[in-house]
Amino acid sequence: MTNALDTMSGTDRPVGSMVASVSRLPARPLTKEKVVIRLLLSVLAVTTVYALAHLDDGGVNLLQAASDTLANLKIIFLHPGGPHLSFLKALYEVVITLGLAFLATLFGAFIALFLGLLGAQNLAPKPVTNVIKAFVAFVRAVPTILWVLIFAVTAGLGATAAVIGMTFHSVSYLTKAYSESFEDLDRSVIEALKASGANWWQIVFQAVIPSSSTYLLSWTFLRFEMNFANAVVMGAAAGASGVGFDLYMASGYYFDLREVGLITYLILAFAIILETIAIRMKNRIKDDQA
Amino acid sequence: MPADIFAKRRNDRLLFFGALAALTAGSIFITNYDPVAGFTSIGKAFVWGASNFYPNARALTKLPDIALKLRDTILMSVAATTVAAIFALMLAMVGSRTTRINAVFGAIARAIASVLRNIPLVAWAMILMLAFSQSQLTGFLALFFGSLGFLTRAFIETIDEVSIHAVEALQATGASHTSIILQAVLPSSLPQMISWLLFMIDTNIRDATLVGLLTGTGVGFSFDVYYKSFHFHEASLVVLMIVITIICIEMMSNYIRRIIL
Repeated sequence: MTNALDTMSGTDRPVGSMVASVSRLPARPLTKEKVVIRLLLSVLAVTTVYALAHLDDGGVNLLQAASDTLANLKIIFLHPGGPHLSFLKALYEVVITLGLAFLATLFGAFIALFLGLLGAQNLAPKPVTNVIKAFVAFVRAVPTILWVLIFAVTAGLGATAAVIGMTFHSVSYLTKAYSESFEDLDRSVIEALKASGANWWQIVFQAVIPSSSTYLLSWTFLRFEMNFANAVVMGAAAGASGVGFDLYMASGYYFDLREVGLITYLILAFAIILETIAIRMKNRIKDDQA
Repeated sequence: MPADIFAKRRNDRLLFFGALAALTAGSIFITNYDPVAGFTSIGKAFVWGASNFYPNARALTKLPDIALKLRDTILMSVAATTVAAIFALMLAMVGSRTTRINAVFGAIARAIASVLRNIPLVAWAMILMLAFSQSQLTGFLALFFGSLGFLTRAFIETIDEVSIHAVEALQATGASHTSIILQAVLPSSLPQMISWLLFMIDTNIRDATLVGLLTGTGVGFSFDVYYKSFHFHEASLVVLMIVITIICIEMMSNYIRRIIL
């Protein structure tokens, strides 16, 4: 029992008087892993304290601003509604946002399916997978909103640029997820097909995609959930239609908190529904892997 | 009958792709997405980018300015993540099935986390901006609330997955609630939690660009100013520096993960 206790404890101090009579257990060595954790946590702590001390608060009275925000939140959550926006109109705007997310996810999934095949180590040669991985890492590192604004230069601000920009990010996310799902496929299946003389396309369409279709669908839905949140952003920051634009107008121009409340509730409701489905999908991935 | 299986499979596939096509058509119709323009704009964007969107000598003179803004953004994101992680840890202790005090508090903690997480970042930024005006503090708070929701869920999952055996062992010895948390839950779930924390920092730096765009601070605002005044060379330098930062942080995170997990 004392042994069990000591394994659990993070310290090397003897536990209770029972152990004191036994010879003192050797001190636990300071592993590399512990050093890294402690170092990381202290760096983060120092950075945070420094950042908080130098945070520019715009000269507002903090207590006043906090109590104003609480009052605003009270209006937003207790008295939703609005003169500009009826419930049905707001619902329609959410559907538009869902549409933006759907298009970006669909296009992203389609392109990622091919890139994912080329990025899977059991299906493509090493140089190709490396190129795909580098490309995906680069695309991922540029924030979605910047992709959208870059495409807006040629496509104009609006739904088209928003969908293309979000598609880019979806491609990078899904390519990684898909190629990992493909890599999970049993080697022997591919070898058996190869031995029987199947070509690459036959292997892909008869074995790889059918056997990983559950994962593919789950990952795609997870991305759809993220894209819904992204699509709200695109409405607010990139002039795409949908509920994000209404949110931007209501809070930035009309200063109509009740309308912000209505929009927030609707977004929240849809996001929670999507999240619930997504969690179920994620558990399916986990259960299958276990 | 085997023939039926193939017929059923074909019908299922037809139904699936039919539904997909219908949804696509509907989405294109209601969002005003222009498929032709969308397709051609990608090519055009690359041609345009190759001739306009690269840092030139004049843009490089702005490098110190941008670096300063980038530093602000990174600091803000790290601070928001760390502070959120501390609060998320407390919420997770209350919300986790393994460590919760009772079911009611547990449900409340989960509900708070779910609401915080599902209110989009833009909404947080816009709501907070009403009272806190356009400042870094607004961005910090917006990132904080979003991260708090996300990290609470991640920490709850971690605690429930990782520490259940250690907790059972300690419960069998009659250890108190506090010592179970300090001696079993925290040590066994710390590496996984740090992994989530690193992921959140990475995400927050990318999201901080967006928040900066809305709240007029940091590197997002730099981009916005250059972009709207058609200084595309400078804007491209901003993008390049964000990319380098994100990739460096990702590489560091991966290195740390390899050691601690």
